[in-house]
Amino acid sequence: MRYSVLSLLLNGLTGQRGWRPAWREPNPKPAYDVIIVGGGGHGLATAYYLARQHGIRNVAVIEKGYIGSGNAGRNTTIIRSNYLLPGNEPFYEWSMKLWEGLEQELNYNAMVSQRGVLNLYHSDAQRDAYARRGNAMRLHGVDSELLDAEGVRAMYPFLDFANARFPIRGGLLQRRGGTARHDAVVWGYARAADALGVDILQNCEVTGFLSEGDAITGVETTRGPVRAKKVGLAVAGSTSRVAGKAGLRLPIESHVLQAFVSEGLKPLIDGVVTFGAGHFYISQSDKGGLVFGGDIDGYNSYAQRGNLPVIEDVCEGGMALMPRLGRVRLLRHWGGIMDMSMDGSPIIDRTPRPGLYLNAGWCYGGFKATPASGWCFAHLLARDEAHETARAMRLDRFRTGHLIDEKGVGAQPNLH
Amino acid sequence: MRIPCPFCGSRDAHEFSYLGDATPRRPDPAAPGAEAAFFDYVYLRDNPAGAFEEWWYHAAGCRQWLKVARDTRTHAITGAVLARDVAAPAAPTPAGGETAR
Amino acid sequence: MSPLPANRRAANRLAAGGRIDRSRTLAFSFDGRRLDGHPGDTLASALLANGVKLVGRSFKYHRPRGIVSAGPEEPNALVELRGGARREPNSRATVTELFDGLEATSQNRWPSLALDLLSVNGLLAPFLGAGFYYKTFMWPAALWEKLYEPAIRRAAGLGRAAEAADPDSYEKVNAFCDLLVIGSGPAGLMAARTAARAGARVILAEEDFLPGGRLNAEALEVDGAPGHLFAARTLAELAGLPNVRLMTRTTVFGVYDGGTYGAVEKVSDHLPEPGPFQPRQRLWRIVARRAILAAGATERPIVFGGNDRPGVMAAGAVQAYANRFGVAAARQVAVFANNDGAWRATFEARTAGLGVAAIIDVRSEVPPALLARAQALGIRAIPGGVVTATRGRTLAGIEITVGGRREQIAVDGLAVSGGWSPNLHLTCHHGGRPVWDPRLAAFVPGSTPPGLEAAGAAAGRLTLGAALRDGLEAGARAVADIGLIVHPIEPPKAEDEPAGIAAFWHVAASRGPAFVDQQNDVTAKDIALAHKEGFRSVEHLKRYTTLGMATDQGKTSNVTGLAIMAELTGAGIEATGTTIFRPPYTPVALGVFAGHHRGREFRPVRLTPTHGWAERQGAVFIETGPWLRAQYFPRPGETDWLETVNREVKAVRASVGMIDVSTFGKIDLQGPDAGAFLDRVYINTFSTLPVGKARYGVMLREDGLVMDDGTTARLGESHYVMTTTTANAAKVFQHLEFCLQVLWPELDVQMASVSEQWAQIALAGPKAREVLARIVDAGTDVSDAALPFMGVLGTTVLGGVPARLFRVSFSGELGYEIAVPARQGERLAEALMAAGAPFGITPYGIEALGVMRIEKGHVSGNELSGQTTAADLGLGRMASTRKDHIGRVMAARPGLADPARPSLVGLKPVDGAARLRAGAHLLPPGVPATTANDEGYITSVAYSPHLGHWIGLGLLARGPQRLGERVRAYDPVRGGDLEVEVCAPCFLDPKGERLRG
Repeated sequence: MRYSVLSLLLNGLTGQRGWRPAWREPNPKPAYDVIIVGGGGHGLATAYYLARQHGIRNVAVIEKGYIGSGNAGRNTTIIRSNYLLPGNEPFYEWSMKLWEGLEQELNYNAMVSQRGVLNLYHSDAQRDAYARRGNAMRLHGVDSELLDAEGVRAMYPFLDFANARFPIRGGLLQRRGGTARHDAVVWGYARAADALGVDILQNCEVTGFLSEGDAITGVETTRGPVRAKKVGLAVAGSTSRVAGKAGLRLPIESHVLQAFVSEGLKPLIDGVVTFGAGHFYISQSDKGGLVFGGDIDGYNSYAQRGNLPVIEDVCEGGMALMPRLGRVRLLRHWGGIMDMSMDGSPIIDRTPRPGLYLNAGWCYGGFKATPASGWCFAHLLARDEAHETARAMRLDRFRTGHLIDEKGVGAQPNLH
Repeated sequence: MRIPCPFCGSRDAHEFSYLGDATPRRPDPAAPGAEAAFFDYVYLRDNPAGAFEEWWYHAAGCRQWLKVARDTRTHAITGAVLARDVAAPAAPTPAGGETAR
Repeated sequence: MSPLPANRRAANRLAAGGRIDRSRTLAFSFDGRRLDGHPGDTLASALLANGVKLVGRSFKYHRPRGIVSAGPEEPNALVELRGGARREPNSRATVTELFDGLEATSQNRWPSLALDLLSVNGLLAPFLGAGFYYKTFMWPAALWEKLYEPAIRRAAGLGRAAEAADPDSYEKVNAFCDLLVIGSGPAGLMAARTAARAGARVILAEEDFLPGGRLNAEALEVDGAPGHLFAARTLAELAGLPNVRLMTRTTVFGVYDGGTYGAVEKVSDHLPEPGPFQPRQRLWRIVARRAILAAGATERPIVFGGNDRPGVMAAGAVQAYANRFGVAAARQVAVFANNDGAWRATFEARTAGLGVAAIIDVRSEVPPALLARAQALGIRAIPGGVVTATRGRTLAGIEITVGGRREQIAVDGLAVSGGWSPNLHLTCHHGGRPVWDPRLAAFVPGSTPPGLEAAGAAAGRLTLGAALRDGLEAGARAVADIGLIVHPIEPPKAEDEPAGIAAFWHVAASRGPAFVDQQNDVTAKDIALAHKEGFRSVEHLKRYTTLGMATDQGKTSNVTGLAIMAELTGAGIEATGTTIFRPPYTPVALGVFAGHHRGREFRPVRLTPTHGWAERQGAVFIETGPWLRAQYFPRPGETDWLETVNREVKAVRASVGMIDVSTFGKIDLQGPDAGAFLDRVYINTFSTLPVGKARYGVMLREDGLVMDDGTTARLGESHYVMTTTTANAAKVFQHLEFCLQVLWPELDVQMASVSEQWAQIALAGPKAREVLARIVDAGTDVSDAALPFMGVLGTTVLGGVPARLFRVSFSGELGYEIAVPARQGERLAEALMAAGAPFGITPYGIEALGVMRIEKGHVSGNELSGQTTAADLGLGRMASTRKDHIGRVMAARPGLADPARPSLVGLKPVDGAARLRAGAHLLPPGVPATTANDEGYITSVAYSPHLGHWIGLGLLARGPQRLGERVRAYDPVRGGDLEVEVCAPCFLDPKGERLRG
């Protein structure tokens, strides 16, 4: 059923009796045209665009837990397209464009909110690096503004300008950046995909692959074998484990990234601000909680939790940037498992196994990519060719040296 | 997380910096197929969920590289040894003449 | 505020009893109303004593709410504490220790607590069910950011954060122990005592300011005396033991890896403000070999219509207020329960002096002993009944239904008990899943973090006798585990009071909104809606309805909410499972995690050895990573930095100048294989470097990209000293250690960082040699023949100070770097100034240094971006082809060896007056500014006083083949768009005659 003011009013007057499940709970069919492994934002978006853009509706999304139980439901909800390198920027901007029409497209309010993303700089060299980035964005037609300290002060007068170890000298602003409600993105794609005929199979874990020779022809699951012409993996965090069942070794390590939310507060900070002299970024959710984070813990992990040193480091950054946060209380912290790729950029590509396709390596930046990741992965699965904005995101780029390394730290995933 | 440094005793992991998987061996740069072997060494990882051996460097301590045995699912650390004590038998001498002199 | 006379008793303060100090009065205010309490009160107990029932407004519907608990689980009684820069929003009145002068303000209401206009939301509740916002506010799209969202944001949130920097300080401390006991109730005390007597180092952490846990809240006896006296005796014993640290006001909030526990000690929160040199709070990182979680249990509500009316409370809270605080939470209470413990709570409340109208128990069968005791106390017992409605602005009466018959009972308090949930939160912090125990109608700990065991009520041992025994046994097990000998200890005698329970969650037939999560206003209907729409897994339920996501993290609501869902799905609670508790156990101030790392102390400052000298010279300093370096040295009359820098550059090029370069990394390498080792880490060869010479080297990462550069000198046959860039000093050292210890342990090389041991000053300019000659000790020849370009000399200066002289040049002038022991740095600087005075020696800063290196085309941090190859930087030909080195193989990959890659060039503006800016992109002229046409960017710029215009270095596709071409420097973020000419990346003395002079 379509969500509208009218449907809300009618249901309000009739004791909410008219609502239907947002998606079905079907049993697996013996075979599908395409199976997407992973019911996170990327997998569900892929299924939705396969059905919507390519008319491929005989699709299953297979999720080992509940949909959105991985990083889609654990991130800090930031959307932006302020990338530097030509291998990335067009892709993330395409994602931003899809965000901008997402709610009407899905008939679901994902609270996409373009309140701005501001990256602070604290030195001349950092300023010039941000200028380079901002100019790269402009070359692709993306909004970016380089602010000086006064420009930053006009937006966020309460940042520490007076007593900072690393004084704020300005910032790179993308006004179209902002946040979206992460769970709602998952649910919106799931509901819309389901309405187009996609089967969402929850509590169904892929335990292996079906194959004929080299070719992958389906998956083994805890609910039995399911065949498919094509299988796409969108299981960031678990990519090595799942792809390993198909014999693949990948340029990926799994790392834990922690995220934090404070108690609910009256409006304090409007947009997203990132500190440039430490690892800290912050925004405030519509519900009032400050949502913040910092660096990954830095060691391989599948544990979905981190340790005190990073928690302390993040809060040190927070206090350095906003000393008024001292008495604000941390309500909850948790961890998600990141696919850290060897150059810090993602992979959307075929694999050496025919019939098996890979969407992986999102590092800690996967949420903002959700719409374009789904769009481009669907394009690849449907047409067997890379979407124009994802051409650089090849699996063989590490072999050929066509790296997409935004930070320039090389093949050490915990530094990206 | 506490790492049992053979020199310094049990220390918090924040004193150390991390490099990652300790299983890959630097290939012989002179051997045939070195490029493929180096690609594998530099980029490909088993990335296991479970028992793992990894390099940590006691940057804020004895400056030793340690091979630490840790479970990536639980973070439980079962041991740490000095890299020098477990380093493979002499790695192949790099190709070329100058260093031989 | 002056206290009231001590003899005046607040309206609801009982005549006697309680662990409060009635001899002293504390004055406080709530919403500006002046009230009083006693030491030992919480804000909540003092408010109740004064008859204050309405204390807050709920999150969504702004419904009036009162105090429901006496502990950290409180969902409703949240206030703004203190004011100004110390304002603490969302403070739970139930754990706020009262102090004289405390100011509290209600929150999330406008204009006042009594009249809150947004309570209109309550009327709209039929339309504002769970997740309603996902279904609307989409039309038209543009209105979301402009209209809907700002309105939602204003309405949401709870309290207001302070609007100024936190004026208080925080500390971080480490502690180590054999056994950490979390909680000082019966089980915790027994565990601590058992371990302490066995000689274990014990830390006993208690979140409350009064240790003892429920022994203070209940009237049960231990060893024939009131429980609180047993607690006091045990605590006194523990306090006298040297191996025990008792920590009150200390909450263990998280379990981390390796037996590390996070705890926060509220050092000064019970004072108006911290005393001199006292922090507000202290973060404890406690490393414990074993830990016992003795955190007790939390009472659950029963959900029924109107259950949020102020005056509806937890039965155990009513009991606690009576016993511990001497407060009657109501004059006349009714009790609504499903378990035996609530009856005992009722009896104790009655004994303490509260009026009890009735006990309504959902069970038809209640133990006869309880019925008899009720009868003896004159309390009406109503088995098989439920509460179906409540009335009053604050509670004035309830409606009960028994056997289909309804009855009104006038009460001003309703004590509710749905049973107790073990406080197992910390057991979940490593992913442990609680297990449903149908006998207790509660989740009990599943797998626990390594080394941690739950005991007492936290482990589901909900009676006093069982908790004492369990604590003792857990303590004994823990110390036995760590190898200590435990002498048998007789458990204290206490009864195992009746604790029967029949699971009961929700009075479906009740009237009015029935709240499951009171703070987030999640009702039973919302859960039904989530069920209807398919949000049935516990996580979807939580996320869709926001159940358990408020500041209490669902301590009283999670289990009830999922039980209602389990009823709807028919799956049973066990199969439904529970959401997982994450740290922190209770919210923790951000400030305490930061400790002193804020403001200028955010990160340590590194000063160069000549910092004091530079200060005296009037330097302007700049942060470069952790360092504070002299940026430039303005002189009187100079009006802008560029004027100063131009003067400094000109002075160096014309005569002589000096700069501290001690920040460069300096690594000492010794051993017979040092040369061979350097050959493997640098692309060029160092084993052939003659003793007494230095060489510029470039090192790669193993992936083939440039890691760092610098000069390395050979001081002896098996002795080298390497310099690295300032930024990469630590990284290079770590990398070299890796190469030595992991890759090539067979190489006989010893290595040490000597960055901090040597002060190093660069002396540059045509007069540099003359100045140098004046400071070296007699007999040291610094002539060109004795110390040629790239020559190195060990000698003494200033009368016996050991020194190393390196004839190297970053500026392109005749130059030396003079290294002396760090403590001699200032002396060397002063001596150089004196020796150079006849030549007008000029101290210069890193700006002038940058200008001169750009004029010479030397690469620096901006070019060593980690994205460039040696060939990109014009250094490819340095690589020896006769040896392997780190990064050689991978550097040959086609993507890195592509000759079309952007490579280093010089750039100068076609319009000589135009200013170049680093970060501008380079485009061919006359094409659209698009990503496809992007050919590179400007990495570094400087104003060259020598040339009289701006110059730059850049990376340009096929750059070296395009000298003389004009390209466009496109800098839209700064409004720049100008034509530049490509030239060789060296603007001065390309043959290097000056530096060889």
